[in-house]
Amino acid sequence: MIQLNANHFIYLLMAAEWTLLLSLIAFAGGALVGLPVALMRVSRFAALRILASGYIQLIQGTPLLIILFLSYFGLGILGFKLAPLVAAGLGLTLYAAAFLGEIWRGCIEAVPRTQWEASDCLGLNRFHQYAYVVLPQAMRIAIPPTVGFMVQIVKNTSLASVIGFVELARAGQIVNNSTFEPFVIFCAVAAIYFAMCYPLSLAARHLERKAHVGR
Amino acid sequence: MSAAEAVVRVADVVKEFGALRVLDGVGFDVARGQTVAIVGRSGSGKSTLLRCIAGLETVQAGTIEVCGHAVGRPGSAARAQLRRDVGMVFQSYNLFPHLTVERNITLALSLVKKQPKEAARAKSAEVLALVGLTDKTTAYPEQLSGGQQQRVAIARSLALEPQVMLFDEVTSALDPELTAEVLAVMEDLARRGMTMITVTHEMGFARRVADLVVFMHKGKVWEIGPTAELFSKPRTAEFRQFVSSEL
Amino acid sequence: MSYQFDFSFLAERWPDFVSGAWLTVQLTLLSIAFGFAVGTVCALIRVYGSPLLRRPVGFYVELIRNTPLLVQIFIVYFGLSSLGLKLSAETSAVIALVVNMGAYTTEIMRAGIQSIQRTQLEAADCLGLTRLQTILHVVLLPAMERVYPALSSQFVLLMLASSITSQISAEELTAVANNVQSDTYRSFEVYIVVAVVYLALSVLYRFGFWAVGLVLFARKRKLRTAL
Repeated sequence: MIQLNANHFIYLLMAAEWTLLLSLIAFAGGALVGLPVALMRVSRFAALRILASGYIQLIQGTPLLIILFLSYFGLGILGFKLAPLVAAGLGLTLYAAAFLGEIWRGCIEAVPRTQWEASDCLGLNRFHQYAYVVLPQAMRIAIPPTVGFMVQIVKNTSLASVIGFVELARAGQIVNNSTFEPFVIFCAVAAIYFAMCYPLSLAARHLERKAHVGR
Repeated sequence: MSAAEAVVRVADVVKEFGALRVLDGVGFDVARGQTVAIVGRSGSGKSTLLRCIAGLETVQAGTIEVCGHAVGRPGSAARAQLRRDVGMVFQSYNLFPHLTVERNITLALSLVKKQPKEAARAKSAEVLALVGLTDKTTAYPEQLSGGQQQRVAIARSLALEPQVMLFDEVTSALDPELTAEVLAVMEDLARRGMTMITVTHEMGFARRVADLVVFMHKGKVWEIGPTAELFSKPRTAEFRQFVSSEL
Repeated sequence: MSYQFDFSFLAERWPDFVSGAWLTVQLTLLSIAFGFAVGTVCALIRVYGSPLLRRPVGFYVELIRNTPLLVQIFIVYFGLSSLGLKLSAETSAVIALVVNMGAYTTEIMRAGIQSIQRTQLEAADCLGLTRLQTILHVVLLPAMERVYPALSSQFVLLMLASSITSQISAEELTAVANNVQSDTYRSFEVYIVVAVVYLALSVLYRFGFWAVGLVLFARKRKLRTAL
C-alpha cells in the first residue's frame, strides 16, 4: 500500500482535464445532433416528428450506463478498435442529443405563434423564418436551460469510467486501488466535480433570473 | 356603551410598515350583535385594522381585545382562543382549491374542533343551507361562481360558530349581481344577531345594515357614529367628500 | 463484416434478469419513497424554515446536485466502510439514492410550495389550523399537484440512474447484465436485452405515477371528466 501524497491529487487534477474534454465532445456532439432532433420534433411532417420523438423516448427511457455499454460493445462488433474515448463520446452524444433536443423543442415552441404569422405575412419562406426570426429568439430562451444541462453532462461523464476511459472518477478508483483511502480520495474527486459544476449551476440560475426580468 | 357588553375593543392602535404609519391611534368598541361598517378610501388603513383584529398583523402600540382576551398575546393557547372567537372572510375567498365545498367546511371542524365526521357533515349542511348552497356539497371551488365561492367562505367561517365575524372587502372582486347575493347573506346574518365588522365599499349596504359606521382617513378614525346620524349630518369635509364620491 | 446476433443465453439466464429487475424495482421504490420524504421536509425548511436551518439544507442540495451519483455511491460504500461503517451494497445503494433523490426533490417541491399563496396560509390560520395541520392539509397536496410532472419524471430518472449501483455490485438489473455478459461473451445482445427491460420499466413507472396522480389529485380527475 502506497501512502497518499500530493502526486495523487495532481493525477486527479490531470484526469479532470479528460473529464472536461469528454464533456466538450459530448456537448458539441449533442448540440450537433440535438438541433436537428429539435427541428424534427416541431416539423410539419408527422414522420419526422414521430422519428425524433421515438429517438428521445428511447434514449430517455434507457440508463446512460447501458447506452455507454451498447456504444462500446456495438462499436466493437462493427470492427472498430475499442477506443474508450470514441465509445464514450458516442454514447454521451446520443444521450445529450436526446435531452438537448427536448429542451430546445420547448424553446422553439415558446416563441409566440404570432412571430411565425408575422414573418409569414412578410413572405419569408420556412428556412428564412427559422434562420432569421424563430431560432434567434429561441436561442435566447434556450441559454439558461442549456447551461443547466451542461452540469448533467459533466457529472455523467463519470460513467465513462465503466468502459475503461480514465477520467476523473476512474482516476479516483485507480488511486484508491493503490492507496486504499477511499473516503479522502472520493471526497476529493467529488470536490473537483463540484468545482467544475457549481459555477455552471450558478451561471444557469443567474441567466434564468435575468431572462425572467427581461420578459 | 359599558365595557361589559363590548365584544371587540380597539384602543390606541398603532401599526407601522417600516417607516409608513398605517394605523395612527385607532380606537372604538363593538357591542354584541352590532354590525359595524368600516369605510374609507383605499390606503386609509381599514383593511389593515381588520387584519390586526384577526391577529394576522402585530401592532406596534395599543390594545385589541376580543371577548375579553387580548389579541396578539404569544402562545398557541391564546391563538386558539382568538380563532374560536373570530371568523374572517377574505376578498379573494381563499377557499382551498383541492378540497370539495364540504371538505373546505369540515376541515377545521375535524382538525381543530375534533368533531366526528357525521357531526361535521351535519354542520356543513346546516351552514350551506344558511348561504343557500345546499346543492354544492361535492363541487370544487373552481366549479363555482365568485359569489358562490364567497358564500362558501362565509359558511366555512360560520361553521366554527365564532363570536365575531370579520369581512374584508368581500365583494370587491365580484360583479354587481354576484355582489348582491353575497350581501344578502351578510344582511341575513346581521338580522340573526351576529356581531360583524365589515370593511366595505358598498355604501348602500352600510346605510341599510350597519348599526355603526367608522370612517377611516389617514390611519385615523376620522368620524364614527350611528349610521343614520353619520350619513345625514357628516361632521367633516373629508367624510362629506367621500360619501359624495362613492355615490 | 457480418455479425451473428445470438440471444440464446436468454433461455437459460432469463430468471437472473427477472430477479435483477425485481431488485431494481425494490431499490428504486424504496429510494423514491424515502427520497421524496427527505426532499419534502427539506423543501419545507427551505421555504418556511429559519435561516439557521435553511443554509445547511441549501448546502446539501447544491453539494448533491453538483457531484456525480457514481462518486456519491463510492463515498457511501467504500468511503464509509473505510471509516468503519460497513454497509451492504444494497443498503449503500439505497442510502446514496435517497440522498440524491432528496436533493432533487427539495428543489422541485420548493417550487411547488412557493407557488402556494400566502393567503391560503392566512385562511388556514384564521380557521384555527396549527402550522403542521396547515402544511399537511392545505400546502402539501396542492404543491405536489403543481409540480407532479417534474416530480414523476425525476422518479423515472432515479430508476434509470439506479443502474449505477451495479458499480458497487448491488445485484440489480445492470449488475446481472454484467455477470451474464462476462459468462457468455454476448455483450451487445445482453445490453440490448437490459435496455429493453429498462425501457419497459420506465414505461411502467410512468404509467404507475400517472395512476397514483389520479388517486391523489381527485379534483383534477373530477374536473377533467366533468368538463
